[in-house]
Amino acid sequence: MGSPSTAPSSVDSPLIVDGLGKRFGDVQALDDVSIEVQPAELFGLVGPDGGGKTTLFRILTTLLIPDSGSATVLGLDVVRDMWEIRARVGYMPGQFSLYPDLSVEENLGFFASVFGTSIEEGRSIIAPIYEQIEPFRDRRAGALSGGMKQKLALSCALVHRPDILFLDEPTTGVDAVSRREFWDLLHSLKESGLTIVVSTPYMDEADRCDRVALMQHGRILATDRPAAIGALFPHPLFGVRGHDRVALIRTLREAPHSASVFPFGGELHYSDTRTDMDPSQIASEVRQLLHAKGMEDAEVRSIEPGIEDTFMSLMGTASSTVPA
Amino acid sequence: MRTLRFLIHKEFLQIFRDRMLLGMLFIMPLAQLLLLANAATFEVRSARMYVVDQDGSPASRGVVDRLTASGRFINSASSASIALANEAMLGGATDVILVVPRHFERDLVRDQHAPVQFIVNAEDGGAAGVMQSYASRILAGYAAELSIKELPGNMMITGAPDVPVAGRATIDVRRRGWYNPDLDYADYMVPGILVIVVTVVGTLLTAMNIVREKEAGTLDQLNVTPIKRSTFIAAKLIPLWSLALLDFALGLLLAYFVLGVPIRGSLLVVFLGGAIYLVGALGIGLWISSISETQQQAMFVSFSILMTYLLMSGLFTPLRAMPEWAQWLAEANPLAHFTNLMRAVLLKGAGLRDLMHQFVMLTVIGLVVLTLAVRQYSKRTE
Repeated sequence: MGSPSTAPSSVDSPLIVDGLGKRFGDVQALDDVSIEVQPAELFGLVGPDGGGKTTLFRILTTLLIPDSGSATVLGLDVVRDMWEIRARVGYMPGQFSLYPDLSVEENLGFFASVFGTSIEEGRSIIAPIYEQIEPFRDRRAGALSGGMKQKLALSCALVHRPDILFLDEPTTGVDAVSRREFWDLLHSLKESGLTIVVSTPYMDEADRCDRVALMQHGRILATDRPAAIGALFPHPLFGVRGHDRVALIRTLREAPHSASVFPFGGELHYSDTRTDMDPSQIASEVRQLLHAKGMEDAEVRSIEPGIEDTFMSLMGTASSTVPA
Repeated sequence: MRTLRFLIHKEFLQIFRDRMLLGMLFIMPLAQLLLLANAATFEVRSARMYVVDQDGSPASRGVVDRLTASGRFINSASSASIALANEAMLGGATDVILVVPRHFERDLVRDQHAPVQFIVNAEDGGAAGVMQSYASRILAGYAAELSIKELPGNMMITGAPDVPVAGRATIDVRRRGWYNPDLDYADYMVPGILVIVVTVVGTLLTAMNIVREKEAGTLDQLNVTPIKRSTFIAAKLIPLWSLALLDFALGLLLAYFVLGVPIRGSLLVVFLGGAIYLVGALGIGLWISSISETQQQAMFVSFSILMTYLLMSGLFTPLRAMPEWAQWLAEANPLAHFTNLMRAVLLKGAGLRDLMHQFVMLTVIGLVVLTLAVRQYSKRTE
């Protein structure tokens, strides 16, 4: 993607994906996907469901063979060296996939044993996570809450001390507090030197990654630091508030220099095509326009675009150029 | 090897935690064995007989008495009208009609043979044949009795032209069933039923097993581990195989002590056959599990395969009665070989040497099926 934060290719990169393609019938699940992840990086794949994130994970964890392109994990080829890769990666699929009829401890012990290790040997790495669920170690995994299931799944993916961790939408269906705790855990794992690739459909989680790749329709739209991705937004952006949102949206869409209007939380995000004009001047012009149309309570302020703004904008252009 | 042990440990943990599964494994097959052993018989008792006695003589009453005294037939209705009897047959109120024509006794004394008519409802062909053969045996016996008691000479009771009651031929065919002299249906059916119930339970449980892990997503998790294909299949096979063998042993105990089936041959040969047979039977279950995406698919495939197995096993219809191509097909049916083997050992006391063909076929089928299952279970998709 040519941004300055992308490190140059090196054999030390724990993950290199080069022009990967995969098709299922009529659906192009992956289309010329290339990414490179640095050691001890927390890398996010962000995009809506059906964007190709899970397909990419399944190829990288050697469950699926790509149609074209190549990928190396820890310097090993995902097609040729699948057995070496399997011994060294940790994978947490999107769906909860532990044995519901086995207890917490039995699940963890089982996954440790199939990798030829034990809970005790893996304890130092899983300790911060496992200690939270250890009081329930005799409870069956099926009877755990969503947040605890997810911690158990992470423990199971980590117990054999993998060199790289793949987490496919780990926070889907988990409450807000557990999600925050989970990301804190990922940060402490990353601090210990583990490379982590995580996918999420939530834009707010993208900010917690070192770098993110935006994915849609099997394509990478952009790869960069979250802050830098916000800066890719092509137009001046404004937050607009007012009580009559329907009238606001209609008026803003019909405004002479309107680029886009999206509802965004409690306000509207309006972008303007006049990139070379002073934002405060645009803001006052827009405010006057709204007041003139009878929306006296309308407030307009210039704001910094976030990752979600960029994503909405990129998705709009991507879907207009990619035949769906 | 160490991984295999852990995998097997996990399978046993899951099996013994699932009450439903345990019930399916141990209670259901044994209950079925007891139930079917008593139900699956070709014996007919108390068939309803409509008597049309137009003669009303001591001899005609003797015919009715002999038939009912056997316990095979009960005199459910009588009248002098064949039309009424036919109506009863149409309405399902009677199974057979016995017509003793006028002058039966007179003809018997004068001509030394006289016809009776025995009409059997042949909707159920099997039962009709059985009833007819009972009747001819009983009547032949009565004829012999009469000739000794009252009328020296070779007097016979013969059937009406369309329904022969006893042959006119003077050849005396003496039946003697070897190895099951009383033609006890339980002895004949129980070994086959035991094989069936163990096969059904074993095949279904294994067929559900891998596909359940697919549905739960645990298979993906397992696949991203260094577990080898053959280790995985072995870990699935060994626990269920040993439980099915245990099931088989319990069933055999039940057959011997409760159902009174003899064990004339070597138990070692029976179990050796069972061990080899179950590898193939459960291997088919694992193969089904590998090709299926959902438990529902696995269920359907299992049922259609099991159905074919059962109907072509020779238990319900003799293999020799089937067309040649079907007999060739039955060579690939492990159930047929093992049922043969079981009967031969239990009833006949056959040994390993007599059963080389069955042992070779069971081994070949087992190896082929197992290879298929391992190959089908691929740890990744194209």
